[in-house]
Amino acid sequence: MQWLNAVIQGILLGGLYALLAAGLSLMFGVMRIVNLAHGVLAIVAAYIGFVFVNNLGVPWYLAIIIVIPIMAVVGYALQWGLFNRALTKGGLAPLLVAFGLAVVLTQLLQEIFTADNRRIDTGTLATDSIQVTDTIYLGLLPVMTFVVAVLVIAGLQLFLNHTPLGRAMRAASDDPDTVKLMGIDNRQVYALSTALALATVGLAGLFIGMKTQFSPTYGDLVLIFAFEAVIIGGLGSLWGTLAGGMVLGIAQAVGAQINPSYGLLIGNLVFLAILAFRPQGLFPKAVTT
Amino acid sequence: MTLLSITSIDVHYGDFQAIYSLDLHVDEGETLAVIGANGAGKSTLLKTIAGLLRPTSGDIVFDGLNISATPPYRRVPLGIALTPEGRKIFPSLTVEENLKVGAHVKRPGPWTLAAIYDAFPLVADRRHRLGVNLSGGEQQATAIARALMSNPRLLLLDEVSLGLAPVVVEQIYDTLPAITGQGTTVLIVEQDVNLAMKFADRVQCLLEGKSVLEGVPADLTRDQIATAYFGI
Repeated sequence: MQWLNAVIQGILLGGLYALLAAGLSLMFGVMRIVNLAHGVLAIVAAYIGFVFVNNLGVPWYLAIIIVIPIMAVVGYALQWGLFNRALTKGGLAPLLVAFGLAVVLTQLLQEIFTADNRRIDTGTLATDSIQVTDTIYLGLLPVMTFVVAVLVIAGLQLFLNHTPLGRAMRAASDDPDTVKLMGIDNRQVYALSTALALATVGLAGLFIGMKTQFSPTYGDLVLIFAFEAVIIGGLGSLWGTLAGGMVLGIAQAVGAQINPSYGLLIGNLVFLAILAFRPQGLFPKAVTT
Repeated sequence: MTLLSITSIDVHYGDFQAIYSLDLHVDEGETLAVIGANGAGKSTLLKTIAGLLRPTSGDIVFDGLNISATPPYRRVPLGIALTPEGRKIFPSLTVEENLKVGAHVKRPGPWTLAAIYDAFPLVADRRHRLGVNLSGGEQQATAIARALMSNPRLLLLDEVSLGLAPVVVEQIYDTLPAITGQGTTVLIVEQDVNLAMKFADRVQCLLEGKSVLEGVPADLTRDQIATAYFGI
């Protein structure tokens, strides 16, 4: 029963990882940008949420509604201000820009909020749980996070498959020069992709901030989890990212069940095993271009 | 009425000059074929008209508007569509999705998904197939159909026959009357002189980035064309 519990908790945790990783996957899929600032951007969102909830007394659910559009605007501006320029300078430039951005943002958070641990105050939400059997309790927040993550990923996939903008994103991913011949400004498509990516990572950041203690450097850990979820799932596939997040979550939860200090270790080992034996990931994109 | 008028453009790739002081015009409703050997600057010319390249000097005027500095994605709403060299079908999208991307700019006009499938049975048959799985001829037909989806006033076709079996080339050229019949102006780049002479109202021959011959097919002799084509 303990093990079943660990697996279930792992799946719920995996939802959060998948939500974190979805934006990373999207930005890589559309623009081939490896956004090393992804983790710290989640934490930026958590701090913005912290200010609204803990300092201004806004209820957490309202804070979510406020922070998501803020992050989308940040993403749009980042793409036009930094990444679109960097993309014209070759493949390495966006990576370096993202790395620099991560360093700058982390330091900025240290300056403003100090290195103290914070947590977004959600009242009893973080501790409320649903009893399933005598020994299995599901935390309300993890369940909510998981449901939201699945909905967001399903929504993103539907958006990419069935809307004009989603099609334009996939076409721009295939061939950024040829989309211009279709009357599409690829830089604008990129900016909207990054806006979408940061909206999702902002949501993930808020859930992290409600679930756990965070500090400015927490983004590094978050980035690693997101990367692992994307790689395990297979690059460029959002459903793969969801599966990857769950595999990582289950590995960590089962590892922690073996020994509380083994959680991260087992997660990383599973990731390494996937890299070694199935480097294309569990669900690679069908078409590689 | 002149739809497209190009006056003394120079086009460079870095230090290399591909087009020298070229003049060209296309009248509304006509089909102009630009012929010439490899490296004559034909594809460069089409890329410049579509906006993927900018002329270093000279003017491109489309329907009275100087578009020399207009980016390519703003030329599509004006009514310029290019079927690029190498077709450039989006490989991870289905044929139908390729067409829908082509219709991203919704200019009003006769070409809808239904009209395209009517005119291009080959494309209709393959509508659910991924771009990556198309044969050369299917790619070319899809590329032309995709360009038509924006309902262009000027359709630029680059090397339609290149690398295709003659029977496929014939199939694709057979759809040309359906396109021009809608009043669409066509500027076609073609290596195959016989095809160009057969389908175009007028031909213009390029040699090493310069215009060397221009006229109505019926008025041009084989010798004239051979001389212009090879520069001998």
